Amino acid sequence: MFDQAESFVTPDGRTIGAVMMEMKNITLRFGGVVAIKDISFDVREGEIRAIIGPNGAGKSSMLNVISGFYHPQEGEVWYKGARRPEMKPFEVARQGIARTFQNIALFEGMSVLDNVMTGRLNHMKTGILSQAIWYGKAEREETENRAVVERVIDFLEIQHIRKTPVSRLPYGLKKRVELARALAADPKLLLLDEPMAGMNVEEKEDMSRFILDVNDEFGTTIVLIEHDMGVVMDLSDRVVVMDYGKKIGDGPPDEVRNNQAVIDAYLGVAHD
Amino acid sequence: MLYRESGDFSETYKADSQTFPIKFDRYRYYAVLAFAFLVIPFVINDYWANAVLVPFLIYAIAAIGLNILVGYCGQVSLGTGGFMAVGAYACYKLMTSFPEVSIMIHVVISGGITAAVVTIFGLPSLRIKGFYLAVATLAAQFFLVWLFNRVAWFYNYSASGQINAPDRTVFGHLVTGPNTEAWAKYMICLVFLTVAGILARNMTRGALGRKWSAIRDMDIAAEIIGVNPLTAKLSAFAISGFFIGISGALFFSVYLGAAEVGEVFGIQKSFLVLFMIIIGGLGSIFGSFAGAAFMVLLPVLLKNVLVGGLGWDTALAAHLEFVIVGALIIVFLIAEPHGLAQLWRVAKEKLRLWPFPH
Repeated sequence: MFDQAESFVTPDGRTIGAVMMEMKNITLRFGGVVAIKDISFDVREGEIRAIIGPNGAGKSSMLNVISGFYHPQEGEVWYKGARRPEMKPFEVARQGIARTFQNIALFEGMSVLDNVMTGRLNHMKTGILSQAIWYGKAEREETENRAVVERVIDFLEIQHIRKTPVSRLPYGLKKRVELARALAADPKLLLLDEPMAGMNVEEKEDMSRFILDVNDEFGTTIVLIEHDMGVVMDLSDRVVVMDYGKKIGDGPPDEVRNNQAVIDAYLGVAHD
Repeated sequence: MLYRESGDFSETYKADSQTFPIKFDRYRYYAVLAFAFLVIPFVINDYWANAVLVPFLIYAIAAIGLNILVGYCGQVSLGTGGFMAVGAYACYKLMTSFPEVSIMIHVVISGGITAAVVTIFGLPSLRIKGFYLAVATLAAQFFLVWLFNRVAWFYNYSASGQINAPDRTVFGHLVTGPNTEAWAKYMICLVFLTVAGILARNMTRGALGRKWSAIRDMDIAAEIIGVNPLTAKLSAFAISGFFIGISGALFFSVYLGAAEVGEVFGIQKSFLVLFMIIIGGLGSIFGSFAGAAFMVLLPVLLKNVLVGGLGWDTALAAHLEFVIVGALIIVFLIAEPHGLAQLWRVAKEKLRLWPFPH
């Protein structure tokens, strides 16, 4: 495949940067069940990296390892050229890694604006006392971050529901708000767990456009899990294929599509 | 027709994030403040102060405190009575040990001491949630009452086991002790409530409040976003404790003047304040005020109607009062589980469209 060169150009003409995150021989067990078995892959700066595989292949577990929710028994996570020690999820978030969830995990009791503002929490540092006083430091910080959040809201076209409680929104919009919350954090690496699950064609097109725009405009590196093969093949620069916790393929979409192991395990012949 | 958003535009994010974005609301708030500070002190009498206003003000502070913990951060607490006792006994010890220091400072320090104690009892919340946490705070309630009953140092070895507030003045006016005038009691509580309300509102509308609500709504997602659950939960416990401690200190020193811990700060008090925030509205500062007013006013109102209006026997009315208050709470929870604050919000939304319903 690709060597460790600083950057290269994909067949689509997109320039992909150096290695940003590297998973080295990750093994994750729950009791006797092996969820991930000795998997290694890397994520390069600025790319859209897809992880695919049948149900139960360990894709979500892999994202949970990256975001610090699970700690693998074996293997190492390298991030920005250094080995990452075992970290709590909120510490991982502070390193510039944001994510969305397979089952929407928004804060139902809050408005859209407040939800997206929570994404900025890592950028808000005023102490309890100045917040209680509000005027001065806290208010300034609030306004600054509000400006950033409004740009994200603008970008994802959710201005009209800014003040609506999240619990009143339809599914597709909730997914978009969740993406907004992740983006508000200004992440270097964005993890998307099935961003298009349960959407209709039009919503999928919208979401794909947003993902490409995020990658394009902010230069955010994206790792996504998705079941819609059309979307994956169109969006991603490189694809990791997992099956039963093992990696069975890795490479650009075209290469993966023609990989016999992948076809046998996942894509199958029924599709054609 | 007055209540309109149209023509009332926020042009800056600052203007949009203020407490009362609608002009009419803002003026009403100023009017209420002016009435409370400039009119009531001159017309207040002992009956109104002792039966209605002072307990309302003090309970509202406690309700704000508990609402931060339960309504905003989602950590159930049944220890409010015990935590108020911490504030009361801290204030008593401070008043008797440092008589030359102003009572205002004592009350604030009592809040600080209570915050520290509540934070310690909040530590289990890092491991347990919901009912289990409620039981842990219930243990705190019983432990604290037992402690203040048993350790004579807390009540200065007095023979009765009671604590009595000595006379203290603020700007030359008595605010504690039996000879205090009604308006002085009212004013000191009002000042503390106003400050508490503003501080609580500021904390809950900004980053801190969002951290708490994130933990309440979905703690796992909150952690993945970057909220440290340890600091978020413990800060809620501490700030809640601060307000509850202040209310306990005022309840003992200004309102009652003398207290016996088991009677005044028992488990009933915990439930009373919890009812206030449930009826008023969880996660709403206005709800804390509304709930406190409801729970303080309702018994007074019923008594006036049953005894004064219908001429019933006092004992009969007192017992019926329990039944009616209890029934009303149940009706309320079924009809509007989000409390008076939600009723208020709905009314405002309706009012905005009035007189055209669509």
